[in-house]
Amino acid sequence: MAEQVVGAALDFEGWTCPLPLRDSPTVVMGHGGGGAMSAELIEHLFLPALANEAPELLGDSAVLDLGGARIAFSTDSFVVRPLFFPGGSIGDLAVNGTVNDLAMSGATPAYLSAGFILEEGTDLSVVGRVAERLGAAARAAGVSVVTGDTKVVDVGHGDGIYLNTAGIGLVPGGVDIGPHRARVGDVVIVSGDIGVHGVAIMSVRDGLEFGTEVLSDCAPLSGLVAAMLDVTPDLHALRDPTRGGLGTSLNEIARASEVGVELDEGKLPVPDVVTNACAFLGLDPLYVANEGKLVAFVAPGDAEAVLEAMRRHPLGADAAVIGTCVPEHPGMVVARTGFGATRVVDVPIGEQLPRIC
Amino acid sequence: MCLAVPGKVLATWEKDETPMATVDFGGVTKEVCLAYVPETTSDDYVIVHVGFALQRLDEQSALDTLELFRQMGELDAEFGDHWGRAADQAGLPRPAGTAEPASATPEGR
Amino acid sequence: MKYLDEFSDPELARRLLDDIHQTATRPWAMMEVCGGQTHSIIRHGLDQLLPEGIELIHGPGCPVCVTPLEMIDKALEIASRPDVIFCSFGDMLRVPGSDRDLFRVKSDGGDVRVVYSPMDALEIARANPDKEVVFFGIGFETTAPPNAMTVHQAHRLGIENFSLLVSHVRVPPAIEAIMTSPGCRVQAFLAAGHVCTVMGTDEYPDLAERFGVPIVVTGFEPLDILEGIRRTVHQLEEGRHELENAYPRAVQRSGNPTAIAMLDDVFEVVDRSWRGIGMIPASGWRLSEKYRAYDAEHRFSVTGIDTHESTVCRSGEVLQGLIKPHECEAFGTLCTPRNPLGATMVSSEGACAAYYLYRRLETPTLRPGAAAPKEVTSVG
Repeated sequence: MAEQVVGAALDFEGWTCPLPLRDSPTVVMGHGGGGAMSAELIEHLFLPALANEAPELLGDSAVLDLGGARIAFSTDSFVVRPLFFPGGSIGDLAVNGTVNDLAMSGATPAYLSAGFILEEGTDLSVVGRVAERLGAAARAAGVSVVTGDTKVVDVGHGDGIYLNTAGIGLVPGGVDIGPHRARVGDVVIVSGDIGVHGVAIMSVRDGLEFGTEVLSDCAPLSGLVAAMLDVTPDLHALRDPTRGGLGTSLNEIARASEVGVELDEGKLPVPDVVTNACAFLGLDPLYVANEGKLVAFVAPGDAEAVLEAMRRHPLGADAAVIGTCVPEHPGMVVARTGFGATRVVDVPIGEQLPRIC
Repeated sequence: MCLAVPGKVLATWEKDETPMATVDFGGVTKEVCLAYVPETTSDDYVIVHVGFALQRLDEQSALDTLELFRQMGELDAEFGDHWGRAADQAGLPRPAGTAEPASATPEGR
Repeated sequence: MKYLDEFSDPELARRLLDDIHQTATRPWAMMEVCGGQTHSIIRHGLDQLLPEGIELIHGPGCPVCVTPLEMIDKALEIASRPDVIFCSFGDMLRVPGSDRDLFRVKSDGGDVRVVYSPMDALEIARANPDKEVVFFGIGFETTAPPNAMTVHQAHRLGIENFSLLVSHVRVPPAIEAIMTSPGCRVQAFLAAGHVCTVMGTDEYPDLAERFGVPIVVTGFEPLDILEGIRRTVHQLEEGRHELENAYPRAVQRSGNPTAIAMLDDVFEVVDRSWRGIGMIPASGWRLSEKYRAYDAEHRFSVTGIDTHESTVCRSGEVLQGLIKPHECEAFGTLCTPRNPLGATMVSSEGACAAYYLYRRLETPTLRPGAAAPKEVTSVG
């Protein structure tokens, strides 16, 4: 990966950044896919412009010292379409997405903001339903929405509703969770079935619709994380694999910690219906989004106890060990296939698209 | 090319005078055009590519193929591989890398 | 999923592999034609499990990879027009044209939509009578019948704002071209299973005879591929060169006669240029006279396109099995899935992409006798 020049002025004429965005001078859909293009946009366009001393800009949330308290702070925007999908809505995602980002730092999420961007002409009853779901999700997650904003844009500019939430929570002492903290020997644990949310969304997406009973797994993970922290405050890395899926999250941690990750494909908890949906669309479950799952990197001595604690919690009942951190191939994730051979699990480029070949 | 998967026909119907089916791919159902296999009925399995059934899956053939694979290991265990067998029959030394025949009772693998 | 899971059974795979190991006494090189087979082999690591002398040469069976550059550029031009809704399979969106791809066109305001089936594009045409809907009809013989039926329906139902940009290719002429190309090392073929589901197997015995190569019709699941390889190794060891069907649950000798009849009605055979390989006679299809009105090339006169390929890209040699992806000096450096120089790095089952995504761990040595890397005189 090219090194970025943090702090250099962003010069659109001459691109001082050593590895300029090569693909396109305009924004393309791939930039939002959560894969390599999104990462490049952040690293080569946003970070140089925003350069500051905070070290953990690439984690799910930022952990900051403020007047002696350690506060986790996170934001997320929600542009999902359709607004209501099997098992959830943009309102649920907006709350749980930010709650989960905070929980991945070990914080207890406390307060949220909610910014609405509404397209002119949107049915007010739709806005009302979204707000109701947002409120219900906040109560279920044990957080309060304490501030917000509303803007309206012209017809044709908003896809109905766009939402942004930001949240804060306190990080307990002795907790230092981050993507750079994985170590060789760590055990990789996933909290349950993967690929569920992505399949639920795709089943109602224009041009791809299919019938299925899969419901999004959208859920707040702060309770699960608290149960894990009860076993040990020294969890190394946590991530909720949303866009880009588990494969992307594992790569991010492998790179940030400079360790190799070895996965046992046979141990990945993929429900049959996700396997089948992916088979007929030509997708890989490792890159399909989740909204109520986490992956944890845990010291080997703590792994068994943490796994048991997860399994006792309703959102971790199907938790499973899927791999380990190894000294070989640092920064790379490699999977052992069901036949005993190996393959690299890379970061997807942009969005995963259905294929015919 | 040719990502085509087998699925089970749940129901057949017509659209624009063209035979169609609802096909189940193991928890995922999709509307599929049956124009190329119009004799398909419910409970048949079809091979589907980009929303079209291209052929009915020959279930007996599938079972026969799997049975052939299962027997492969057992036959080898009982008789040794076929090169070794051929060598034995010809009274020649066994080629390098071939297995000795197992004992008379075949071991299950 | 029934009839898929059973064909991934690792225990049965072990038995097939044992038979291959016990049967092979010398090195053999075989080509799997279909990109979907390449994807499955690399994804499951099946080639890592074969005896060391058995080599799988990855063939040009990736319609995304071989769609001519001129056709891609035409697609991009048509998709850029304001009155057009351009529909395509997902595979084509990142294929590089001379200076951009369909993603860029979308970003610049073009209405580009991914669909699962060509019939979805027809529905879009019905729902948008004031727009011209164009479907990018790429693919081998497997995809041709769905595209043919869609045009047939458009014609029958009088949906006139629909047209097809056709770039279909056929397998048997490709096999012939490969076997007659200098430097060819292919000793057997794993024929494309789903192509044969449609077309049957009658086009192959003659090729097997003429070139003295076993041709084994092979499926896509791990056990299907191993079985195809196993039967091929047996033929090679026994000095036979016949057509065999190792995918009988989906392939009959006569194929699907209804589909073949539709292809005869809707398409006619033409010479076609394969990206990276060149012109192969009688290797493509275009819409027949009866359906010419639905031909997007006919409807949108696209002129003034200046096509230029990367001078560094060697995907043509990869597609013919003359080199392996990592033997190209641009592999992994100038050319990556992020910044592909050629289609073999873009398509999910292009050999270069498959090697990059799944195989960067290994650093295989150059095969003895592989062509020396070309001089790099300019970049892209």
